[in-house]
Amino acid sequence: MIGFVGWRLLQAVPLLIGVSLIGFGLMHLAPGGPLAVYTLNPTIQVQDIERIKVIFGLDQPIHVQYVKWATGMVSGHWGYTFFGGRPVLEVILERLPATLLLMGSALSVAIILGLSIGVLGAVKRYSVFDVLATTGALFALSFPTFWFGLMAIFVFAIELRWLPSGGMWELGEEGSILSLIRHLVLPTMVLALVITATWSRYSRSAFLEVMQQDFMRTARAKGEPPAARLLRHALPNAAKPLIALLGVELPFLFSGALVTETIFGWPGMGRLFVDALNMKEYPVLMGLMMFTGIFVVVGNLLADIAIAAIDPRVRLR
Amino acid sequence: MSAAARVPDEAGTGAPLLSVRDLALHIPVPPHVLRAVDGISFDLRRGETLGLVGESGSGKTLTALMLMRLLEPPLDALPRGQVVLDGIDLMTLDEARMSALRGRTVSMVFQEPMTSLNPIMTVGRQIAEPLVRHLGLSPRQAAARAEAMLRLVHIPDPQRVAGAYPHLLSGGMRQRAMIAIALACRPAVLVADEPTTALDVTVQAQILELLGELQREMGSAILLITHDLAVIAETAHRVAVMYAGRIVEEAPVASLFAAPRHPYTRGLLASIPRIERVPAATLPEIPGMVPGPGDRPAGCAFMARCMRAISGCAAEAPPLAELGPGHRVACWNPADG
Repeated sequence: MIGFVGWRLLQAVPLLIGVSLIGFGLMHLAPGGPLAVYTLNPTIQVQDIERIKVIFGLDQPIHVQYVKWATGMVSGHWGYTFFGGRPVLEVILERLPATLLLMGSALSVAIILGLSIGVLGAVKRYSVFDVLATTGALFALSFPTFWFGLMAIFVFAIELRWLPSGGMWELGEEGSILSLIRHLVLPTMVLALVITATWSRYSRSAFLEVMQQDFMRTARAKGEPPAARLLRHALPNAAKPLIALLGVELPFLFSGALVTETIFGWPGMGRLFVDALNMKEYPVLMGLMMFTGIFVVVGNLLADIAIAAIDPRVRLR
Repeated sequence: MSAAARVPDEAGTGAPLLSVRDLALHIPVPPHVLRAVDGISFDLRRGETLGLVGESGSGKTLTALMLMRLLEPPLDALPRGQVVLDGIDLMTLDEARMSALRGRTVSMVFQEPMTSLNPIMTVGRQIAEPLVRHLGLSPRQAAARAEAMLRLVHIPDPQRVAGAYPHLLSGGMRQRAMIAIALACRPAVLVADEPTTALDVTVQAQILELLGELQREMGSAILLITHDLAVIAETAHRVAVMYAGRIVEEAPVASLFAAPRHPYTRGLLASIPRIERVPAATLPEIPGMVPGPGDRPAGCAFMARCMRAISGCAAEAPPLAELGPGHRVACWNPADG
């Protein structure tokens, strides 16, 4: 087990190096640069810009920049923001709780809802409910997240005025749980929608497959009532592909959070990414990319460990 | 289950424990109606083993699934007839009451030991499950009983096997575990659907021996479904031969093997390889194939392949008629005894 975890983390190293190389390269290929805003500012001289370039090391060749950044990264020194000069890690960690809160609540809602819809659809296959759920899932998967976000704001915030359209707290209510929950509802709904749709589809097919297995008939022949067959026999067997799905879905969840946070002005990592992208904040962008990469690697590792814990036939090596 | 059902009876005597009457499964497959099981009747007495033989597609397994009420939708609404166990017609029970009987009064062993066990539950827990459900044992008592059951089915080191997952066991061991599950609550009736078909020949004999031994100990009646007449010869007290959804001959095992009356049974028996016949040229086979759902004739379904067919065979399907003591045959022109 410890050997397995060590081996998997070791395998993640080339992956993360690849992510960093591609990220770094693409970022520098993009037109403009962190200092482009200054070129339009008449109060800043050309020589000032050159000076700033030297200070930040932006005058050096890209591979030298990369090596400098990478060695700093490994030693836990993620660099400083161009604007404000704050430590990147600090800036990211500051945004982490908001993102974890949003992702956690969206994922919880999506798993509970998606699993229930999927199981019910599998048990009552081809019923009206099943057809509606399948069509609904297709609908949810076919529309972009931002559209749902804008629609949710339009309906629930502007027309009905039930919920706030963005932010995390009302002004002056910072720290109030009630205000936080009110602000959390809409982004959670929007982010959870697509995941719910995916989960309902996957859990439906996972359950259908398990329910056709011989051992489910054995359970019935033993006199196990439907609820016990579903919970004790079908669910643990169907959980395996779903946990694997969870591991794979994490990157999508991140990109979904990016859009959702931007639409709802949620002060999380997703919005930080968009802001950093607009300002060509290379250190922040790279930090976020690496952070996400590590998060996905660890998520998949945890998924594998969970699967091995459920299924004795899976050996970790 | 009544206490009497547990007492080993003289095999095959007394009132029938299980009475099947006109059991049928007609499946609409437009534009035809597939008569998968076409009105079969038989009795099973305490401590008795009735062998149900027939080719693939003759309706044996569907019969078993109907007895257990295990057909899945949409087939579950189709069975007709009666299955009376200890005075209760299983066909009229609601699912909850049937569920209470399954695994307790009627149990089933399946053909595929490799896939019939839950892969991610220990063998011990799978045996303990019906003990907790039906007999109300505590999990600890049930675990102890599960180990005792494993010992009873001659699994070495039962304590270790109880804690093991199915993928660690061989096919024969898994089938023993399946039998332990099925017999855990000492059911009155055990339905064994091709229990040895997926196993090695040497293991087959052991499993059959085990079934016989447990039957003598628990007094359960066994409905043994197989396509293998050799299995029947070894294990059953009586035999019912199925062809195209019907029972064509039913007799005590000795009588059937000594003097088969139905041409189909005779053909089946003749096509068993016998060691003393080596080096005979070719094994006799029954010409033709089992008729498909669409071309089932109005008369006897076997007529097209039958060497003894006479003019009357096409008009009407022959009913089962008693030709000797306990020997019933459905044929318009049966062979001499």
